[in-house]
Amino acid sequence: MSADTILPVLTQKDFASDQEIRWCPRCGDYSILAQMKKVLPTLGIPRENIVFVSGIGCSSRFPYYMATYGMHSIHGRAPAIATGLKVARPDLTVFVITGDGDALSIGGNHLLHALRRNVDLKIIMFNNQIYGLTKGQYSPTSPRGKKTKSSPFGSLDQPLNPLSVAIGAGATFVARSADVDVKHLTMVLERAANHKGSAFVEVYQDCNVFNSGAFEFATKKDQKHENCIYLENGKPLIYGNDRDKGIRLNGAGHPEVVSLSDVKDDDLLFHDESIDDPDHAFRLAQMRWPNSPEPMGIFRCVERPTYDGEVDRQFHDCIEQQGSGDLESLFHSGDTWEVKAK
Amino acid sequence: MSSESPASTTNGKSSNGSKTLETVESIVIRFCGDSGDGMQLAGTQFTNVSAIFGNDVSTLPDFPAEIRAPAGSLFGVSGFQVCFSSAEIFTPGDDVDTLVAMNPAALKTNLEDLKRGGTLIVNEDAFDKSNLKKAHYESNPLDDEGGQLAAYRIHKVPMTRLTRDAVAGLGLTVREADRCKNFFAMGLVYWLYDRDSTPTEDWVKEKFSKYPSIVEANLRALKAGYNFGFSTEQFTVHYEVPSAELEPGHYRKITGNEAVAMGLATAAKLAEKELFYGGYPITPASDILHELSKLKRFGVKTFQAEDEIAAITSIVGAAFGGALSVTASSGPGIALKSEGIGLGIITELPMVIVNVQRGGPSTGLPTKTEQSDLFMTYFGRNGDAPMPVIAARSPADCFNMAQEAVRIAVEYMTPVFLLTDGYIANGAEPWKIPDVSDLYKINVQYTTEPNGEGDEYLPYLRDDRLVRPWAIPGTPGLEHRLGGLEKWDGSGEVSYDPDNHEHMIRTRAQKVANIADSIPEQEVEGPESGDLLVVSWGGTYGAVKSACTESRRQGKSVAHCHLQYIHPFPKNLGQILKNYKKVLIPELNAGQMWMILRGVYLVDAVSFTKVKGKPFLIGELCAKIDEVLAS
Ligand SMILES: Cc1ncc(C[n+]2csc(CCOP(=O)(O)OP(=O)(O)O)c2C)c(N)n1
Ligand code: SF4
Ligand SMILES: [Mg+2]
Repeated sequence: MSADTILPVLTQKDFASDQEIRWCPRCGDYSILAQMKKVLPTLGIPRENIVFVSGIGCSSRFPYYMATYGMHSIHGRAPAIATGLKVARPDLTVFVITGDGDALSIGGNHLLHALRRNVDLKIIMFNNQIYGLTKGQYSPTSPRGKKTKSSPFGSLDQPLNPLSVAIGAGATFVARSADVDVKHLTMVLERAANHKGSAFVEVYQDCNVFNSGAFEFATKKDQKHENCIYLENGKPLIYGNDRDKGIRLNGAGHPEVVSLSDVKDDDLLFHDESIDDPDHAFRLAQMRWPNSPEPMGIFRCVERPTYDGEVDRQFHDCIEQQGSGDLESLFHSGDTWEVKAK
Repeated sequence: MSSESPASTTNGKSSNGSKTLETVESIVIRFCGDSGDGMQLAGTQFTNVSAIFGNDVSTLPDFPAEIRAPAGSLFGVSGFQVCFSSAEIFTPGDDVDTLVAMNPAALKTNLEDLKRGGTLIVNEDAFDKSNLKKAHYESNPLDDEGGQLAAYRIHKVPMTRLTRDAVAGLGLTVREADRCKNFFAMGLVYWLYDRDSTPTEDWVKEKFSKYPSIVEANLRALKAGYNFGFSTEQFTVHYEVPSAELEPGHYRKITGNEAVAMGLATAAKLAEKELFYGGYPITPASDILHELSKLKRFGVKTFQAEDEIAAITSIVGAAFGGALSVTASSGPGIALKSEGIGLGIITELPMVIVNVQRGGPSTGLPTKTEQSDLFMTYFGRNGDAPMPVIAARSPADCFNMAQEAVRIAVEYMTPVFLLTDGYIANGAEPWKIPDVSDLYKINVQYTTEPNGEGDEYLPYLRDDRLVRPWAIPGTPGLEHRLGGLEKWDGSGEVSYDPDNHEHMIRTRAQKVANIADSIPEQEVEGPESGDLLVVSWGGTYGAVKSACTESRRQGKSVAHCHLQYIHPFPKNLGQILKNYKKVLIPELNAGQMWMILRGVYLVDAVSFTKVKGKPFLIGELCAKIDEVLAS
């Protein structure tokens, strides 16, 4: 934004649509919606230049509740729709709202490809570890053994680790937060929105109807600091209600929990979100509660040319180098011949 | 004649006094050999020189699905048929006048299409034990005087040896030398049909400019083939096919896929809007992606998606953003696009979906032609989801129909199906280059002002044609949400209201029906009423037109009605169908148009179908016409 463009100052209210919200009372989706409405006015982007694209699921109703442009599309395809939109219109700011089933099951392919291409999309995945809208089947992130309507004897599927998948696909921005961790979520959404390139954010979201309390370890006031490590760039990994524990890499290069009474800060694992090599972020993503304390925050934030930017560059380079297309000469390219009037 | 050609071939006897030049109206020639023998190249080059000379041409490439099938095998045979003529033609011809067979497998699989008494040119060097065995010949058919080949004018030419001799001294490996065989064959046929080889020579020089020895080798092989025809005793006659009386103007040769790509780019350029093309490679549609990806300077952005679902949904996104949005595929890919097309229908966004039909079901016959996706395009979506369907009738017609598809999509805010098929997609014909100023300019209007009370924007407020406005992101004050859930008419809000749903179903259908107001009336070739009306659609145009013309020449009362608009049909079609005693519907499927026309017009038509992955022959259509007339 140039300094002399005067933008009307927008508030949360400017982003609320007139639609009645239809999520179940106390669903985690409300909080995510509220934080998003807080973040958008801070971006300095006119409301008409923001688009929310979603798939299908409870979470995917989100665009109806925003007063921006939006599309509630079909199951799993939001990243592909958003890619088409962003490539056609690189001037827009495009968010993708998706669920764990939408993004990782039916739409897994599109998610991978949007991330590897680094399309400039902000992909916010509401992970409630369940299929909410279809009333409670296990999802690709449900833990093994999970009893649901479609797995009465316990799910046999090995769950996917969403952040590992995103890092493996080459995502340039990877983060995790939780629905009711209001301040943290706002910070993460704001960082994602300001990232140039594909941002993938996993938000732990409570489905209080079909999977209640799945993320208490990360949201309960008295538990979360014991179970989670809140990542700070450039700082060592320290956690605990008393900030008395840290993470160090052992001789084999694996993270281990150490007591700060035994180990100096300097010997701990330091977080650096900007390392190009994905090893560090991947190692963090593999640390999952309850086997280990679980990192929350921004795992990775690196720069790479965006796909839509590159498409646009090539497009304009061609016009610059070859001149704007002339139909007459296109038609007459190749071998032509003339039939003369007899 | 090329200055480098060895002999002048003016009329009558040529300079060595022993060869006659006969004039004929039209010739069908087929080159066939191994997939690696360069037969597509030979056919394409022959077509080019004939077109540039001024003949009317029509081609039928026929290649296996395997890229490099085992050498010498029956299923690895690749062929290219071209008809060139001094009269106007509409098909690549039924029977072959001259067959060039580069090996036993090619001979075996193609001989039955050669006319009795036709010219057969074979590479006798390829008829060795191993190749004969691979082609399941127990003995060498070339040795069997009086045998199977006695009915043809056979020329056994040691092409491999002569080609090697011709390129000797250039330092080529045997393999490289043998790859020039197709140029030897071309040279020979160029002599036989008195063709000017200059365009081919120029092409070789440009194509291999980085490899001077390859240029030299191919040119030498070409010349050796030409000289062989000229000097050997085997050939006593050669032929000329004078130029055709085409409408005056500038021409170029064009395939259906090239024409689709050019038509799309033209529509976008004239509309001064960007074209967004999302596609995933599939035979026989990939060339549309290839062609469009070169045309960025015309405002074309191409996106090679991860699959066909991403391709179709990416164009939904691009259409929401205001681009002219297109995808193309073939059967299996179109099947994957169904749900995305439905989203386009309910969001009422303009999109074009090109279906280059091939043999199905499933992977089917990827490289062969069929018209069997008519039902899929007409019906193949969940819910009552009609959408416009139009079909191109020939390679050059793809140019017009691609523009027409974009026009309908934009003017009526709807996805549109454009049907072509493998036959017209890969086949080529001369295209009379249009004057740019004569082309239709599509007027794209984005809404920029609120259309409701109190500055409200109602995305589904319709005009008198029932078309909704197109407001695109970036427009202040018109922020709105689209989606796949049923919409309240006008406001576009999600609605589960039963009456509204029925109203919307009927409104969307009526909007599509209203397209009939914007398309030309159906025309009929032949008598306005009479004994028989033959109704065709799509790529069978040329064969059906030729058969009907032939029947009328024989004094029969046969008219031809070729449909380019399939949904909605032209308004006068129902009346036309009533004007004839009988109606015959030939198609390359199991009777799909027949069922639709019966359903829509209650017409008691006769169905004539062929599902062999091959186009109709004029002869088989004439025979069917006679049968129906007699019944
Ligand atoms: C093609 C298709 N298949 C299945 C469905 C049914 N369906 C709707 S939402 C959903 C799962 C949603 O789960 P998730 O993405 O986790 O979203 P949530 O509801 O939990 O937010 C399914 C299977 C559908 N709408 N479309
Ligand atoms: S079912 Fe679960 S996820 Fe869906 S709205 Fe209700 S609480 Fe939220
Ligand atoms: Mg879910």
